[in-house]
Amino acid sequence: MQVTGTVLTTRQVDAYHALTVVAPGIAERFRPGHFVSVAVGGSGTSMLTRRAFSVHDVKPDYGGTVEFVFAVNGPGTAWLAERRARDTLDLVGPLGRPFPLPRDPVTCVMVGDEYGSAVLFAVADALQRRGCRVDFVLGGATAGRVFGAMRARRMAETTTLTTGDGSLGMRGGVTDVLPGVIADVRADAVYASGPMETLRGVTAVAVEFDIPVQAAVEERMACGIGVCMTCVLPVIGDDGITRMVRSCVEGPVFRGERVRFDDVGTIPFDAFGAPGGGSRNAG
Amino acid sequence: MPVDMRTYLGHVELANPVVTAAGCAGSGPELAQFFDLGRIGAVTTRSITMAPRAGRPTPRMAETPSGLLNAVGLQGSGVDAFLARELPWLAQRNVRTVVSIGGGTVAEYTALARRLNDAPGVTAVEVNLSCPNIEDRGRVFARDGAASAEVIASVRAVMRYDVPVVAKLSPDTADIVSVARACVDGGADALSMINNPLGMSIDTETMLPSLAAGTGGLSGPAVRPLAVRCVWQVRAALPGVPIIGMGGVLTGRDAFELILAGACVVGVGTALFHDPYACTRVLRELEELVAARGYQRLADVIGLAHRPPGATARHRTDFEESSL
Ligand SMILES: Cc1cc2nc3c(=O)[nH]c(=O)nc-3n(C[C@H](O)[C@H](O)[C@H](O)COP(=O)(O)OP(=O)(O)OC[C@H]3O[C@@H](n4cnc5c(N)ncnc54)[C@H](O)[C@@H]3O)c2cc1C
Ligand SMILES: Cc1cc2nc3c(=O)[nH]c(=O)nc-3n(C[C@H](O)[C@H](O)[C@H](O)COP(=O)(O)O)c2cc1C
Ligand code: FES
Repeated sequence: MQVTGTVLTTRQVDAYHALTVVAPGIAERFRPGHFVSVAVGGSGTSMLTRRAFSVHDVKPDYGGTVEFVFAVNGPGTAWLAERRARDTLDLVGPLGRPFPLPRDPVTCVMVGDEYGSAVLFAVADALQRRGCRVDFVLGGATAGRVFGAMRARRMAETTTLTTGDGSLGMRGGVTDVLPGVIADVRADAVYASGPMETLRGVTAVAVEFDIPVQAAVEERMACGIGVCMTCVLPVIGDDGITRMVRSCVEGPVFRGERVRFDDVGTIPFDAFGAPGGGSRNAG
Repeated sequence: MPVDMRTYLGHVELANPVVTAAGCAGSGPELAQFFDLGRIGAVTTRSITMAPRAGRPTPRMAETPSGLLNAVGLQGSGVDAFLARELPWLAQRNVRTVVSIGGGTVAEYTALARRLNDAPGVTAVEVNLSCPNIEDRGRVFARDGAASAEVIASVRAVMRYDVPVVAKLSPDTADIVSVARACVDGGADALSMINNPLGMSIDTETMLPSLAAGTGGLSGPAVRPLAVRCVWQVRAALPGVPIIGMGGVLTGRDAFELILAGACVVGVGTALFHDPYACTRVLRELEELVAARGYQRLADVIGLAHRPPGATARHRTDFEESSL
């Protein structure tokens, strides 16, 4: 649904901005892993496409608020960073397929890289309410770009931090420390969010340990509601056939081992409908 | 007073002139979450192809000033899946459906028309002529009147008489009027314009093209003046032929502009990406605007901008009062 919401608070969290918007209809329907799309630039803007942001948190205040966390990247996010309390924002959501939750109380490692971490806290909450144990692995290029370390420490059994420059936690990336964490805590499942390259690495680690991984991907989106076909990536279906699926409606959360991360940005030759034979393979 | 918004595509009546543009409305269920598809004139499908197509690699989109470049590459599951699932879904809900078809050869277009011929729920067939012609080294059909006419004539020949055949034209041609005329001579019952002109953008950070395909189709308000010009020229040359106008319609005002230029139906495409309710909003705004200009029938304003300057607009009910 579409909501014109009022900005309640803005805050700066190290390298990131966070906006809390009153959006009752969206907060009510929210499940962890959902995202919202935000119109940027105001009325009469030359920026036609909405920007997608994972929902970080929802709260019941004022009938329901939605918070998202973002990094300034281009003109749209720069405009968002200038929003102040009482400004209005046009949101559509909640969008996408949320994270599936396990039936049994298992041990889950939450892996977040850069602002990707923001989406994981609501999932971790839901997992804990089901009696799951959660451990966090959070990373970023620098200390300021590791999101949510404090909150992770408060809620998780263990929290491992990594930075590319070594300014916080271990020097390196989240995939470097993940095998150790999985082994130490005897993890049953991994939940991951971050750049495609990180998800590729995290999935490879999970596959090695033979445990499932739920990964929230990020592909360029023009509509966020499944009508434009721009946000596709190659995903292997239950029938073993690779299809170019829309990450906005069939994702953004996928079983990591089903996503052909090595082939993102290409049409694999054996994909359904690929030029020169893919469609024949599909029978 | 409510405006009579009915309009005609050939002999087919549409309840109102707002339709979705091809390739911008998914397969129906996506937009149906936001509004009742039965409230707009018709839904146009993405271009259906014979075989499944995986489309182009990503990135498939890049935003440009007041526009959008896309290179989707007609991704879809092919005509069999379309007839088995997507068309019946729309037909069961009595949604007026314009089926867009795309092919690489005249034979492929013809085969598609044959498959659609006995399918229930096809309101009209729109022939996407902006497809590379495999038999002409990939030159797009829509560039050339003769190639376009050949496709239209063979689709018209196999399609049921009561289903209008619409030729969708591209602005990327030396003379859109001559392509339009060739299509009408070939049997087109209506024309649709404009498909995306080709554009390109380069990411100055990576110093590479923004789209994996290099070039892409430009849409959105950036192309609206191009659309208005094309509709205007074709209407002037072929005043009796119904035109579906599209290109950068975001508001009722934009739709009205295309109608004044000569369109009797207006397609909304890229606007849907920004506002999923765009079609119903455009319809409401258009109706208000037509009423505010003092007209009670949409039919009375179609092509109105072609009247000589200073001439009295006919049928204007408030004329006496407003010209005191
Ligand atoms: C499901 C999903 C969740 C996301 N969650 C977050 C989040 O929580 N925090 C955050 O900071 N960012 C998030 N992003 C990325 C965010 O959408 C982009 O950073 C943002 O769109 C960039 O807009 P811009 O105007 O600053 O940049 P520009 O580069 O000017 O954007 C131009 C166009 O490209 C699209 N685009 C550019 N980069 C991306 C990208 N990485 N992903 C998708 N579309 C892109 C924009 O939507 C826009 O249409 C998410 C993306 C997706 C798909
Ligand atoms: C993402 C996207 C996909 C499109 N797919 C098709 C298509 O399959 N067939 C077609 O004839 N036109 C297609 N078009 C062109 C539109 O139908 C329309 O002619 C054009 O975009 C101008 O209208 P707009 O500015 O309102 O989008 C597509 C446009 C976009 C943006
Ligand atoms: S963003 Fe348009 S289909 Fe996914």
